[in-house]
Formats: sequence, structure tokens, C-alpha cells
Amino acid sequence: MVTSVFFYLFATILILSALRVITAKNPVHAVLFLVLTFVTSSCLWLMLNVEFLALSLILVYVGAVMVLFLFVVMMLDIDTETIRNGFWKNFPLALLLGLVILTEMVIVLVTKPIVITGSAPPVYPSVSNGIQLGWLMYTEYSYPVELASMVLLLGLVVAVALTLRKTNKNGKYQNISQQVNTESKGRVKMVKMKPVIAKSMVVEEGDSK
Amino acid sequence: MNSIAQTLQHLLGDTLGWALWKLLLVVAIVVPLTIFVAYVTFAERKILGYMHARLGANRVGPKGLLQPFADLLKFVFKELLTPTKTSTGVFYIAPLIILACALLVWAVIPFNATTVFANVNASLLFVVAISSLGIYGIILAGWSGNSKYSFLGGVRATAQMISYELAMGFALVGVLMVSGSLNLGEIVKAQSSGMLGGSILSWNWIPLFPFFLVYVISGVAETNRAPFDVCEGESEIVAGFFVEYSGTSFALFMLAEYVNMITISAMASLMFLGGWLSPFPKSWGFVGNESFVWLLLKVCILLFGFIWYRATFPRYRYDQIMRLGWKVFLPITLIWIFVLGAWMVSPLSIWK
Repeated sequence: MVTSVFFYLFATILILSALRVITAKNPVHAVLFLVLTFVTSSCLWLMLNVEFLALSLILVYVGAVMVLFLFVVMMLDIDTETIRNGFWKNFPLALLLGLVILTEMVIVLVTKPIVITGSAPPVYPSVSNGIQLGWLMYTEYSYPVELASMVLLLGLVVAVALTLRKTNKNGKYQNISQQVNTESKGRVKMVKMKPVIAKSMVVEEGDSK
Repeated sequence: MNSIAQTLQHLLGDTLGWALWKLLLVVAIVVPLTIFVAYVTFAERKILGYMHARLGANRVGPKGLLQPFADLLKFVFKELLTPTKTSTGVFYIAPLIILACALLVWAVIPFNATTVFANVNASLLFVVAISSLGIYGIILAGWSGNSKYSFLGGVRATAQMISYELAMGFALVGVLMVSGSLNLGEIVKAQSSGMLGGSILSWNWIPLFPFFLVYVISGVAETNRAPFDVCEGESEIVAGFFVEYSGTSFALFMLAEYVNMITISAMASLMFLGGWLSPFPKSWGFVGNESFVWLLLKVCILLFGFIWYRATFPRYRYDQIMRLGWKVFLPITLIWIFVLGAWMVSPLSIWK
């Protein structure tokens, strides 16, 4: 009984916050509702006993991706009034897209599930969720996992290559390792010399009255 | 303990009695933790004082021992100010998010081999996931303060915390590899066995020394403490992300910061310093027994370190902080994971 109460509670929060994502006026609030959506869906996953996936969802999407997202949205300084101006111009296109997505979802829901032939991956109910997942990822599915990681690495390299502008001669860069490794020898030159006293500075004895 | 739970369930019915029992347990963890925080702040003032060759707080109560409560009273009676044109809801929720995330972690931290509020399988992952949520409080506090200073502080804190979370995560991967479990209790148990079993030599901090170092330093950066406290660098941006907060909401930020410090120390002691295990061999009798006191002692030593660094090191420049996280710690941990993997499959492995 308690489980179903919690399920409906989380499901209600999930749907309401998902609705608020698209209806909130302030874009920062919209992002925050998206975060809430992620967290509640992670709670629902936890109720299904898939704790590894649920915690990874929080760790990766909520803890890192959405923070950067929020970061960007905050920096944009969006004026909500100017955005609303184009609302009716873009409305037909948005409606069309929404209808297409809705039809697709309805088709998926009403048709019978496709039966996947071949042997199902082995399941070991005795060990924890994370171990099962790791076991399958690095044995049965190691090839697709490696491929996906290569694609991600490619994306990373491209992003760095696009933003790194070392070729610009006018740019000012600091070489931190060089700065950290400086020694006093390179900065200060100690010179031995006798004191030099200018003639005019010398005060004759007896004159100091 | 169980008899209290049974009495409650008998009186109030199964579900309600169980809920009330869990609530009592939460209070039993949070209240001592808060008092511990109060005395960590006091210890910080005293230790910093002695390191600066002055006395520190010594006026309220005997030897100044009531000082934290005087501070608390002052916070409670101050007016709560709200800046104009701010998003009020977000402004008041932000400190609560930080504090809730800081306290929530304690649900899975074990106090000894049997005492833990929730013994979940993936407790290490839970700690990492929840502490990564704490960033939201900081970034929202910075944004909703509606001030350039607090926004800059929030941006700095977020970028810094995301960067150091990576190095910290990789340090945890090393611990996972040698203990083969995501459960904190199991991780401690794994340190009590092994080739050098039973004493200080079998703890993770010796074979995983680079990870230990990276974890502790990243922990200082993660809690935004000196020398990595650029997000509240008072010489540049007044007080960082909590410039606009006053009274109790300011006190919540302070409370969360110190709870996070204690959490990082507790995690480091559980994962690298053998948690509640005694540094002496079992045959030594009383001092060789595992107990909560050892965990507390290790946490206190690490907390003293936090305060010591603050008194010793000058503040880092921001780009140097970023360089340390991405270009020094991340490669060190990545390389050491490969070294560790090779070590574990080689005949020289000490974990078999």
C-alpha cells in the first residue's frame, strides 16, 4: 500500500514538474523544474530496485549536465517579453511537431511489442544491480560500449579543437607551469657594490645645527 | 533499540510506528552532528587563534566554550533581508538545498560495523550523487541574490566543484577496485583483511596513497575552503555567493559548509584510513578493538588538517585551481588506476 502511495506521489510530481518545464515564464525556473523531473524519475527507478541506474541518473544528468545547462541559461539574461513576440508565428510548426511526437508515442503504446529473438543476457539475481550491469557491459556488450565511448571521445576532442585558439598571435596566455617554477634567480639579480654617496648629500660635521 | 521500535509499532500500528522510529533515528544522527559542527567552528577559531599567536574566542562561558551558542543566538535574532527584484522562492530555498544535501549523505555513512541508518548496496555512489546535488544550492544562491558579486561567486564555486568532482570520482574508482564493493561497510571490512591484515599497514592509504592525497585535496576544494576559497574571496567579491544572505539563512550556509567538511573527513577515514578499525593489532586487547572512537579520532585529525591548511596556505589564483584539477589531479588518478589494475592482476597483488 505504502509503495503505491509513493508511486502515485512521485508520478504526480513528475508529470506536474514536466508540465511546468514548458509553461514556466522564467527560463531558470524551467531548468529547475527539469531537474525536479530528473530527480523524481530517479526516485521511481529506485522503487524498481535499480539503484545503480537511479544514482547514475542523478550523478550524471542532475549533478553535471543540468548544472552546466543552468549555468548557460543564467548567463543568457533572457528577456521573456521579446521571446513571447514570435509565439504565434512559430506556433503552427510547434503544433505540427508536437502532434507527430504524440502520434508516434500512441503508435508505440498501442502496438504489440516487437519480440526480440535470440537468447536473453544472463541475469544473476544473487548479486547487486551494479555488479550485474558492469558484468554485462564488459563481457556481452563490451564492443558497443567501446564504440560509444569512442564516439564520446571524438565529441570531446572536437569541442576542444573548436574552442582552443592558440594560433591567435594576439591572444594573451599565461604558462602556469612556468609561473609556478620561477625561482628568485630568474627574477632578482644580486649585485655587490660599494655605497655611493652624492656630494651634495654629505653633511659637514658641525653644520647640523 | 529494537524493543523501542517494537513498542512504537505496537502502539501506533506497523507503518506509523516504523516511520516514527526512523524519524527518531534521524534526530539521533542530526542533533549530535549539529553540536559537533558547533564545536568544529569553535575549534577552528581557537586553532586559528593559536596559529596566529592570539587567544581566540574566550569570553562566553568557561574558556569560551559557549561561544558557538552565542553565535547561533545572534544569527537567529538578526533580520532576514531580501534583495529587491529577486526570485524570492529560489532565494529562500537555496540554503535549504545545500543543507539538505549535506545532511542527507549521513543516511548511508556507517558509524561502526553494525550501526548505519540505511545499509544500501551502492552507498558510495549515493554519497557522490547527493553531494553533487549540493552545487544547485550554491549556484541558485549566487543567481537569486541578484548581485554581480554573488553571481560571480556562484559561477566560480560551480566550475570549481564540477572540476574537482571528477578527480574525486576517479580516486573513488581506485577504492572500488581494491575493495570490490560500493558499500561503505564492505569497503572498511576489506581493509581489515589482506596480506598485511589487521593493522594500520593494511589500510588503503598506503597502496592507494596518490588517491588519498587527491581525495583530501579535492575535498578541500569541494567544500570551498581555504586555500581554494575563491568563490568567497573577500578581497575580490566581498563574500561570494552568500553576500545577500543574513540571519538564519546565512547560518544555514555556515552549517552546511561544516557538515560537508565533516562528511569529507568521514568518507576519507572510511575509505582510506580504515574507518572504525584500530591502528594496532587485534592481540593488543582493548586498544586493538574496532570502535566508533577510532572513526571519530580519524575524522578529528582530518578536520584539524582542514583548519591547518587555512592558517598555512595563501589563496590560489583561479586559473591555477583549474589547472590543478584538470591537468594535475585528473592525469595522476587516471594513470594510477591503470597502474593499480596491472598491480592487482600481477603476482605481486596484496589484495588476493
